[in-house]
Amino acid sequence: MHGKALPYLLLMPATLFLCVFFLYPFVLVAFEAVTRDGAFTLDNFRTMAGSWKFPVTVRNTLLLAAIVVPIQLVMALLMASVVSQLETGRSAALYIFAIPLGISDLAAGLIWLAIFDQSGFLNTLLSHLGVVDRRIMFLGYQSKLTIFIAVALAEIWRATAIMMVIIVAGMGLIPKEYYEAAEVFGAGPWKRFVRITLPLLRPSLQTAIILRVILAFEVFAVVAALGGTNLPVLMGETYNWQFTLQDRNVAAASALLILAISIGFTLFFLRVLRVPKEARI
Amino acid sequence: MSAVTQTPAAASADARKAGDWLLVATVILLGIWVLLPIYLLIVNALSSPEQVTAFPKRFFPSFDTGSLSFFINFAGVARALWNSVLVATLTMILSIGFGAPAGYALSRFDFPGKGTFRFLVLMTRAFPLPLLALPLAVMFIRTGLDDTAIGLALVHTTLALPFAVLITFSLFSGIPVELEEAAWTLGCTRLQAFRKVILPLALPGIAASAVFAFTISWNEVFAAAVLTIENRTLTAFLLQSLGESPLYLKFAGGTALVVPALIFIFAVRKYLFAMWGIANR
Repeated sequence: MHGKALPYLLLMPATLFLCVFFLYPFVLVAFEAVTRDGAFTLDNFRTMAGSWKFPVTVRNTLLLAAIVVPIQLVMALLMASVVSQLETGRSAALYIFAIPLGISDLAAGLIWLAIFDQSGFLNTLLSHLGVVDRRIMFLGYQSKLTIFIAVALAEIWRATAIMMVIIVAGMGLIPKEYYEAAEVFGAGPWKRFVRITLPLLRPSLQTAIILRVILAFEVFAVVAALGGTNLPVLMGETYNWQFTLQDRNVAAASALLILAISIGFTLFFLRVLRVPKEARI
Repeated sequence: MSAVTQTPAAASADARKAGDWLLVATVILLGIWVLLPIYLLIVNALSSPEQVTAFPKRFFPSFDTGSLSFFINFAGVARALWNSVLVATLTMILSIGFGAPAGYALSRFDFPGKGTFRFLVLMTRAFPLPLLALPLAVMFIRTGLDDTAIGLALVHTTLALPFAVLITFSLFSGIPVELEEAAWTLGCTRLQAFRKVILPLALPGIAASAVFAFTISWNEVFAAAVLTIENRTLTAFLLQSLGESPLYLKFAGGTALVVPALIFIFAVRKYLFAMWGIANR
């Protein structure tokens, strides 16, 4: 039985598991989204899209991703670049930059709640500086803009680390000779970054962006901690349909929408940042 | 004056020195950006409930255990903590149990279907996995897995399994196959060779990926909130009590989530970059 059968035997548990708990649930959720009481219907999508909250929800989610992800990309590139230049304290700096990777999105929301709350640290700082004489309600239902900024900051703070780690790993794969050659020909640091690092980093950038964009559409607990229901996002609305409104089918439709957006963007970035086979290191 | 008399070499040394300063300043600023918010959360957790709700805030902890003891003694918290540990431990066992054999098979054998399996594993990345909890909730009610630690651990395993497969794959790939072959020629069976030669070498890395699996489960919010009612985990408990719980409970709870995560990330720091490096391929 050895030889041929062994690899399949070793793969079987993981494969079976993924079939039952990954592929099958997706069939289920798609099925639930297009049926009601056993009959095929698109009513679930109509109900979802007909809710007054729906346009705001989609706009908030997309806008948040559009603002947060580019900033994170720049910050992650900056972190990875400065770390690679460090001669001492490199692993300490890497560990500190990677810390948010291990922090729950809910905890990240609570961390920034400590700052933005009405009796929080930002108000304290502002009043010490004499900028304000009265405490500001940053997270009240009337201050949608500051809620949005707080959520964006918490997201940038929390999930830059995951991109940074991927980019650092990718930078480690670029041969040092390229930089040495560029230096010989007189290329400055910026030119080396733009002409060598960025193009050769494309596979890592692709992974980092795809992963991060998908996570951005999943934003949920940060918003729950900071905005409550004042800043509706897709994942939160899905949760609401399931629990508050007790409608599984519409919740499934909402989940399917998030899935569709995620897959759409994954395909988009796979295509835009495609790395030709012959251009790989 | 001195600028005129400076030799070109000295000028470039000066420029380098300025560059070093800028580098160190950037690293320190980024470090503060990551650490300061965590520090502020912990200041809140180590202050008395009155200080947490008071204004203006102190920027240093008073080391009063009032908030923390209120949190620990709050109805349901001790149980939620226990559930979190239980679910995370089960997730850890399941994902290593299923993932490590698959990682070994991928690193040691070439066989038809290998590409398909890798694709299945990588595909999990393109999906917002916590959404799986919605259809699974129904399936779990039918099978009696609803509101159990094992049911939630199964969902968390879909999150952690791909990482376990990829990390163990890179680990085993890093151990020369010749070592194994030498053991076979000396009369070891395949299993013995694995146990006595490969496993001791791979163990630290396997432990790191186990810790990572634990962290993923410990931090997960959405699926936990969907799938547990009576047996809520700490994240689910905190999420569902966001609306009514006082600030000091939130901050103490957030700290309880963050501190173990800090330790986990510290424990696996050596492997963080290796595992994301291979994730690019």
